[in-house]
This record gives sequence, structure tokens and C-alpha cells, in this order.
Amino acid sequence: MSTLLATAVGVLYATAIYLILRRSIVKLVIGLVLLSNAANLLIFTSSGLTRYAPPLIPEGSDTVLNGIVADPLAQALILTAIVIGFGVLAFAVVLIHRAYEVVKADDMDQMKDTDT
Amino acid sequence: MLYALLGGFGVAALAPWLHQLFGRHSGWALALWPATLFIYFASMLSGVNDGPVLVSHDWIPSLGIQLSFMVDGLSLLFALLISGIGVFIVAYAGRYLEQHQDVGRFYAILLAFMASMLGLVLSDNLISLFVFWELTSITSYLLIGFNHEDAAARRSALQGLFVTVGGGLALMTGLIMLAMVGGSYELSTLLGQGDVIREHAWYAPMLALILLGAFTKSAQFPFHFWLPNAMAAPTPVSAYLHSATMVKAGIYLLARLNPALGGSQLWLTVLGSVGAITLFIGIWLALRSTGIKKVLAYSTVMALGTLTMLIGLGTDIALSAAMAFLLAHSLYKGALFMIAGIIDHGTGSKDLRDTGGLFRAMPVTAVTASVAALSLAGVLPMFGFVAKELLFESVLSSAASWITLLVVAGTAMTVAVAALIGILPWYGKTAVTKRTPHEAPPALLAGPIVLATLGLLFGLFAPLVDERLLGAAVSAVAGNSVTPNLALWHGINVALGLSALTLALGLCLYFCRDQFRHYTRFTDTLAKAGPERGYDASISWLVKISAWQTRFFQSGYLRYYLLIILLTFMALVWTVMLIHWPALSMGIDLRGIQLHEYALVFVLVAAALAAARSESRLGAVASLGAVGFTVALLYVMFSAPDLGITQVLVETLTVILLVLVLFRLPGFLRLTSTALRLRDAMVASAVGITMTCLLLFAADARLYDSISHWHVAQSMPGGYGRNIVNVILVDFRALDTLGEIFVLALAATGVLAMIRLRAEDKSK
Amino acid sequence: MNMPKQPDSLILRVTGHFLLPLLIMFSLFLLLRGHNEPGGGFIGGLVASAAIALHLFFTDVQSARRLIWLDPRDLLGWGLSIAIASGVIAMFSGLPFLSALWTELTVPMFGMLKIGTPLMFDIGVYLVVIGTVLNILLSLAEAEEA
Repeated sequence: MSTLLATAVGVLYATAIYLILRRSIVKLVIGLVLLSNAANLLIFTSSGLTRYAPPLIPEGSDTVLNGIVADPLAQALILTAIVIGFGVLAFAVVLIHRAYEVVKADDMDQMKDTDT
Repeated sequence: MLYALLGGFGVAALAPWLHQLFGRHSGWALALWPATLFIYFASMLSGVNDGPVLVSHDWIPSLGIQLSFMVDGLSLLFALLISGIGVFIVAYAGRYLEQHQDVGRFYAILLAFMASMLGLVLSDNLISLFVFWELTSITSYLLIGFNHEDAAARRSALQGLFVTVGGGLALMTGLIMLAMVGGSYELSTLLGQGDVIREHAWYAPMLALILLGAFTKSAQFPFHFWLPNAMAAPTPVSAYLHSATMVKAGIYLLARLNPALGGSQLWLTVLGSVGAITLFIGIWLALRSTGIKKVLAYSTVMALGTLTMLIGLGTDIALSAAMAFLLAHSLYKGALFMIAGIIDHGTGSKDLRDTGGLFRAMPVTAVTASVAALSLAGVLPMFGFVAKELLFESVLSSAASWITLLVVAGTAMTVAVAALIGILPWYGKTAVTKRTPHEAPPALLAGPIVLATLGLLFGLFAPLVDERLLGAAVSAVAGNSVTPNLALWHGINVALGLSALTLALGLCLYFCRDQFRHYTRFTDTLAKAGPERGYDASISWLVKISAWQTRFFQSGYLRYYLLIILLTFMALVWTVMLIHWPALSMGIDLRGIQLHEYALVFVLVAAALAAARSESRLGAVASLGAVGFTVALLYVMFSAPDLGITQVLVETLTVILLVLVLFRLPGFLRLTSTALRLRDAMVASAVGITMTCLLLFAADARLYDSISHWHVAQSMPGGYGRNIVNVILVDFRALDTLGEIFVLALAATGVLAMIRLRAEDKSK
Repeated sequence: MNMPKQPDSLILRVTGHFLLPLLIMFSLFLLLRGHNEPGGGFIGGLVASAAIALHLFFTDVQSARRLIWLDPRDLLGWGLSIAIASGVIAMFSGLPFLSALWTELTVPMFGMLKIGTPLMFDIGVYLVVIGTVLNILLSLAEAEEA
């Protein structure tokens, strides 16, 4: 399964990169969302995929889990990454919107001067 | 001891404020600090013959770096010179810069420089020595560039800084190697390990690095050019830098490390020849100059060359000569520089050719100048004579004949230079000057008079100086007990004959100075092609290269920055992957995948492609939503319920956010040509393939054990929680989470600020 | 998209009023059970903010602001302070910053409850998440209305 997901991650990265290389700032934003998903899925896949074994200890058994369980550390990392991704996206979106109001053009090439 | 040093920085910080308090008397008031230090160090004189005093404080104990100090003959001699001459410099500066608006700042830098210099000569730890060494470079940069509105001063300051800090870099490497070889960062330990250090394979490179540091600092050929340029500084600074401090730091280092590094053939050859060449070039250029300060600056280069050469010779008598010469030079050079300032101050002329007959207007200054110049020339009752006799004796007994020749010629020219300073401005025809000459006020005269008189008294009572001051210093440099045997009269011998000869030659040269200048014009062209040219060329190349690379990397187009970053990233990843290629295997395994999983991944890929290809914003946002929810499903299917929930919620909020903002931006435009799109598509595909390969390799290679087992095992007993992910977030790795919520809060604050800004813009 | 000033969807209004308290309570439930079941500060905070965002759709910004008696900016400050305070508590016992401390409380009806500084920390996270999302959404919506 990780082979399949690895391919999907590759496609996500490729589309994200293609979009952030565009001159249109709206496409840049969409590329950022895809990039964030791609990165999360990359970490998720690289920590190993496990079916039907969430990192939850069943009630009653106060002891250690036996057998295979999904990697909780990677999940903790991704959980915060998802939320932070949202915060950064909001920041980027508002920044771009603000820049657009000043420059009045949906073109990255017109935002290359430091004083605009 | 610690207070004596760090207090200096404290006084420096307070200096501008003290200056306000004391007004025009601030010079004398601030001079009390170096005076106190001088008395403190003088009180240590009696004990220093019994061996070094060590004081130690922990600084960075985890790195074994201590703030430790060592007081022995050598460091005490330097400390006394720095604080003693410092007294007169501060007092002198108070009067000399009276009219300047930034005197407070000047005091602050000068006192900080003094404190750094004292720290340098008293440090026992190599690291703290280096820190103080760099501090002197930085503070002297500020001092030389004090008149920062003057482009020449800025240039000279920067030149001095580049040369000395460049050397400092080499020095640091050298000192660290020294510490590794000697097994300690403490000088007091290292000095006893000379045999181990000299035998080590690293000896030659280590020596080269340390010498590079010392030579740049002490303006040895070919780095001598920065010193005369440093004359852009106000005169008190020049007097201080040249007499007792900055440039002597390199000499101090050579003398200090002599027991550990000296005595080898390499040391003798390098120091002896570099010193002798510097000596000759310095005095030659001094004789060819006409600006008073320039002449003095080049004669300092001569003195530094002499000292380097003597330390290189390394015999007991050479080391005695070095210490005597150092003391004599500090006294007369300090006096002469301050007198140069008085001439400038009193007459407005900076050139020897514009002066003459000043004796009538300023008799006290004239006599003082002549006494100091006699010491420079090395005439009989002065301390300079004692030093010169020792110099001749040591050169005659142990140096190569070409060095002896250079020394004799150099000394004769020194006599001529001394005459230039001691006779020319004062006697003879009265020259017309910009200002009417007048006698200098006591604050300006105090320093020259005391220093010049000391030069005379030390000469008359040479054995006393020997016993009380220099004996311990020479022993410290030699590494064993040495009695220098200073005396004014050594009987009639070869050295005395040479003295007489050089005196006569020098006076001849003085009287034929115009002819000398005329016939040696050709060396000016030579000097122009000298090391300073190299310095200028390398600086201009540096500027050109950085301008080029800035233009290349800082294009201002986002996509070029991205392309550079992506290509670099891929190059690095593939380099590592190709290096480990044989050990890698692709974990391709398509067994056991269920149909709905195939379908899900298919939806994900299709939605991503649709988002990339969409021509409308709504289509793109919808595709994004599809991507997000598919990813959430994948999380849930592969045992990550928390992630699934979070992803769904964030996806919802993202759509709301995009709806609020994105649709107020214009619709999609086709801005790039098809060829560019193709190029970007190729780069993007390459990155995608790289990531896929990376993942496939990573799936099969686990180099280290996962730390997750620990988290799983400890969640219940240690964290009292059954949801391991949450336990990690709020307990095991709570500090990470704390950092992350700070980032969130920052992002929100940023958004708020930007929207506020816009509201203000609109209300205008 | 232009959000209408006067909501005209009866269904949305009624379900909104009905859903909002439920969602907020659900978010608190998620927050408190997060240590043992899926949930926690991040998820609870997101649910609560989504609830208020929903409210934003059928009323206006002012009423959404009235709904949370604290300014979202203050929520950020409180959240961060509570999270830091939960770490500082351990320092009073001579333990490193953010060490977990637990105590057992007997509450009538619930029986034995284990509460500790990680729960307090999670409450801080909860507040910061709500503060962040609401700050962004409300100020954007405000700019929209202006």
C-alpha cells in the first residue's frame, strides 16, 4: 500500500510545485494547500502504514499494548502540522490579498520590487 | 583582578555620562581610572619575581573555558605601560578634542579599548585571550574611524579591521590547534610544554597561523600598510595605538608564546627575516615621508620589525634587548605622537616642511621633543641608548650577516628620522604657519614631559629598571630565569663603535635629506605596486563577485527563487541517494491492497490534477476540498482517527477562508507561454518523482530504532492517558506543542495587523 | 461571495440556533476526553471555532462577537498564559518546565477523576486554536462587511 501512496504523494508534490511556479497569485495559494497535504502524507506514509490498529489503549487494559500499533509520534507531528498549515495558509492568503490591493495585479512578476 | 578588567568596560559605558558631569575637566577625571589601575599593577611589582600569579573564574565551564588571568613579568610590564600611558592619553584627549562634539563617545571607546588591551595581556586562557584580541580590533576600528564623516578615515578604519580581523581568524585556528597539541587552554600550562609542541606534526601549520595573526596585528611586512593609514585617527589614538597598545599586541603574543613555540629553526628564520625586512622598509618609508604623523608611524613599523626580529633570535641577550627596546619605544613614541598633536594643534600644520623655528614660541614642547628624539636616536644618557646597545650586541652575536647589515643601516636612518623630528620643526628659520604658534596647555604637555623624562631617568638608572621591572619580563619571555644586565656603559666594544658610526651616518643623512629624497624617488613607484595594491584589488574583486551573485540569486521573481531552491534540493537528495545506491532497495509491494483503497488514491490523484489544471477558482477550490477529504479518509483508514477528525475540520475552515478571500481576487489568467508551462511541468514532475523515490527507499530502510515504542509503552504508566497521540502532544512533547501554539498565535496576530493596516489605509 | 446582512434562510437560522450550543458542548466533551479517546485541545478547538463560523453564516459579525464574551485576541493571550502556567507549576516542585503533575479528585456522580497539568495545557491549546481561527475569520468577515 505504501507503494501506492508514495505515488500519490509524488503526484501531490508535482501538482503543488507546478502551481506555486505560476505567476497567478491565486494559483500560488492553491499550490500551498496541496503542498501542505503532500508533506503531511509524506510523513504519514514514511512512518509505516497500519490498518485497524489506532494508537489507543482499550479501556480496562491498563498495561502496554501488545502487537503492532500505528506510530503515534508521526501522528502527533502531523496533527500539529495540519493546524499550523491552516494558520500559515490564512496568513499567506491575507498577505497576498493585501499585496493585491496595493499592486492591483494578479501577477507575481509585478510584486518583485521591495517597496510595493 | 576581574574587577580591574571588567570595571574598565563599566567605566567606558559610563564615560559619556561622566563627561556630561565634569564638562571640560572630564579628561582629568576619567584619567583617574587608568591611574588607579596603574597603582594597582605597580603594587604587584614586588611579588612578580617570585613567579606568576594566577586568578581563575569559571566562564563557560561546560566547554572548559575559564576567565583566568596570569600576572607575570611580561604581562605586568604591558599592563603598566597600557595603564600608565593611558593616564596621559585620556588627559590629553580631554584637551585635544575639547571642541569635538562627540567626546563622550570617544572616551567610551578609548576606555573600552584600554580594558580590552589589559584583558589581552593578562589572560591566561587562550579563548579569553582571543576574545580580548578581537575586542581590541573592533574598538580600534571605532577609534580609527572616529571622524566617521571623513571618507578617508572610514576607509582606513575598515582596512585596519579587515587586515587584523583576517589575521585574527587565522590566529583562532592556530590557538585551538595549540591547545589541542598542548592539551590545555591555559597558557600557564602550555608554556611548560614547549618540547611536546615543537615536536608535534602540526607545529609548522600551527605556527604559520599564529604568526599570521601576530604579523597582521603588529603590521609586519607585507601587512605594514594599514598602520600608517590608521593615522586618520585623532592624535591621542595614534599615540596610544602606537606606543603601548594595539600594534604591540602581536609582539606580546610572540613574546608570550616564545617558551612554547620559539627556539626552532623555523621560528628563528621566519621571525628574524620578516622582522629585519619590516625594520628596514619601515624606516626607509619614514625617511621618505614628510607628514609628521606619517614619519612617526613608519618609524613604529621599524620598531615592530626590530622587536619581531629580536624575539626571533631568541638568545637571552636578544630577549633582554627586545624588552628594553619595547619599553624605550613606548616611552618616546608616546611622547613624540603627543608632540605631533601639539604642533598640529598649535600651528595648524601637519607637514614637517611647513614648520621651523617653533622653539621661540613653544620652548617647553621643543625641549621635550628633543629629549624624546634623543631616545629614539639612541644617544648616550637615554634609555634608548641602552636598548640600542643591547640590540647591536645581540645581532652581532647571533644573527646572519645580512640581518646585521640591515639593522645597522636601519639604525643610521633612525638617527636621521629622530633628527627630523627633534631638530627640524624647532630650530632654524621660522616658518609661516596657519595659526600663530603658542605654548601648549598643561594637559597636553603632561604626557610628553613625563614620558620623555622617564626615558632619560631609566637610562641613567638602568640597573634599577633591570632589577625591578625588566628582569621578570625577560625571564617570562625566555621561560627561565634571566638577568638582562642593563647598564648605560658597557665599556668600549664593537657595539659602541657601531653606535658612534650610525650616529655619524644618520646625521649626514639628515643634512643631505633632500638629496636622499631626490635619489630615492624610484622606490615610490615600487611602493605603489606594494601590498596595499593587492589589498585594494582583492576588496574590489570581493565587491564585484558579491554584486554578481546578488544579481544572480536575488532576481526578485518568486519562481526563480523557487527553481533555484528546488534544483538544489534535488541535487542534494539525488547525490545522497546515488552514493548509497547499492544499499538501497525500492520497497515496491502492491499485494493486499483492497479495491476501495485503489479507488481512494485514484480520487486523490484525479482531484490534485484537477486542482492544477482548473481554469476557474471555484473548480480549484472544490478540487482542493476533494483532496483534503480524501486525505482525511486515508488517515482514518490507516489507524489515525485524530488526524482524520482534524483534517476534516481544517478542510472545512480552509474552504470558508478561501471563500472569504480568494473570490475577491481576480479570476485566473493565462500569464505564461506554453514553453514555460512545459518547463515548469518538467521541474514539478522531477520533484514529484524524487519524493516518490525517496519514500520508496525510506519505506525499506530503517537505520535507527523508532522511539515510538517508548511512547507506546509509557503512555499509560507515565502519562495516564489511553490516547497516545494526545499524551505525546500535551505531555511527552509538550514543549513542541507550546512552540506550535505560539506560531498559531503569531499567524493570527499577523493577519489581524494586516487587516488593521488596510482599515487605516481606507480611512485616510 | 457576498454574505447577506439579513439572513433569509429559516432552516439555517433554526438549525444554527439549535446546533450551536450542542456543538460547543461537543467540543468541550472532545477536549476533556481527549486524553483517552480521539479528541483533545486541537480537535475540540477546531470544532468550537467551526461552530462559531457556522453562526457567522446566519448572523453577522457583531452577533458572533457577542456570542463569545471574550475578544478573540484575549483568547490567544489567555490560552498561551494557561499553557505556560501549566508548565510553570512543575517548576515550583523543583521539576523541569512542563513536567506533568497529577492529582486524584473524588467528584460526586463521576467518581474518581484524575486531573493534572497536561489537561490544563490542553485547555490552553483549545483556547489558542479558537482564538486563532476566530481572529482570522472574524477580521476577514469584518473587512468584508465594511
